[in-house]
Amino acid sequence: MAEHNSASAPIDEHVSEHVSTIGSSVAIWITLLVCTGLTVGAAFIDLGPFNIVVALAIATVKATLVVLFFMHVKYTHEKLTGLVVVSAIFWLFLLLALSMLDYATRFWR
Amino acid sequence: MPASPVVVDEHAPNPALQHQFATEGQQKNAASLGMWVFLAQEVMFFGGMFCAYLIYRYKYFADFGSGSQQLNVTLGAINTAVLICSSLTVVLSVRAAQLGKRKALIGWLLLTIVLGFAFLGIKADEYAEKFEKHHVPGPNFSYHELLPGQANLPPAERQYANPRHAEMYFSLYFAMTGMHALHMIIGVGIFGFLAFMAWRGKYTPEYYTPVENAGLYWHFVDIVWIYLFPLLYLIDRHR
Repeated sequence: MAEHNSASAPIDEHVSEHVSTIGSSVAIWITLLVCTGLTVGAAFIDLGPFNIVVALAIATVKATLVVLFFMHVKYTHEKLTGLVVVSAIFWLFLLLALSMLDYATRFWR
Repeated sequence: MPASPVVVDEHAPNPALQHQFATEGQQKNAASLGMWVFLAQEVMFFGGMFCAYLIYRYKYFADFGSGSQQLNVTLGAINTAVLICSSLTVVLSVRAAQLGKRKALIGWLLLTIVLGFAFLGIKADEYAEKFEKHHVPGPNFSYHELLPGQANLPPAERQYANPRHAEMYFSLYFAMTGMHALHMIIGVGIFGFLAFMAWRGKYTPEYYTPVENAGLYWHFVDIVWIYLFPLLYLIDRHR
């Protein structure tokens, strides 16, 4: 057996990793801080049932920025990382959505 | 083909490359994928508590609003900002490791630890207040607070929260923030270990996987707090 099998050579194609620039990291950091201010401000305005929607929407924007830029998912060439991230979100969706379907429709209890 | 007695390996083996991997890139990808699968498991771990929160908030909506208004929004917002700053220092420590800047790496790691302790200190102060007010679930739990939006009514018409339902809110508050704080404590320990190993010169631009994976863990813990803050601190604040 040859130690360096030529058939598996493409494995090494992405040793060079993405190095985030200071400028883009600081920009994301400021955006996250502004979003935190927005979510506090929005909580003190009466939006009726939309208070929770706005709060969760801002939280999701912040989480997405952290995953894509701080956790480098936007720059990864590894498709499996994306698969794991999407699977985790999907399982969480199943857990929350199916549980709430059950609890929200048991009017006879 | 017979093996040549003299093997000239143009790729000098990296001492950090373990024998089961063909290349450094493959080893790095395997470590990264393992970390992401662990984080997917963490999503399910916290997801169970978020699900319990969702069900009880749906059932006891007004009482949860009352419990939420006992928390200090200013301290919660400051802690959110502290965690976001710590995520930036983590990004900068990974960058320093990638560029082989040892001193910068140690500095950013230590600053992350300081911010981690700042978060835990503020959290401890909040917990202490809860103990003083007997808002910790258990035999000493005592709760006599108005429902949201009742303070402007004449005293005879004011409605108070059901203490049993408010106790559920505080049970979830302590379970979720407590588990989050435990993750922070573990994270601070990991970053202390990384700072020590960085001081020993263990991490190079060729091998910094532990720094990168610890960074992924820290960012995940930050994301959990990004959801905990509005869900626990900001219910019915406008009333």
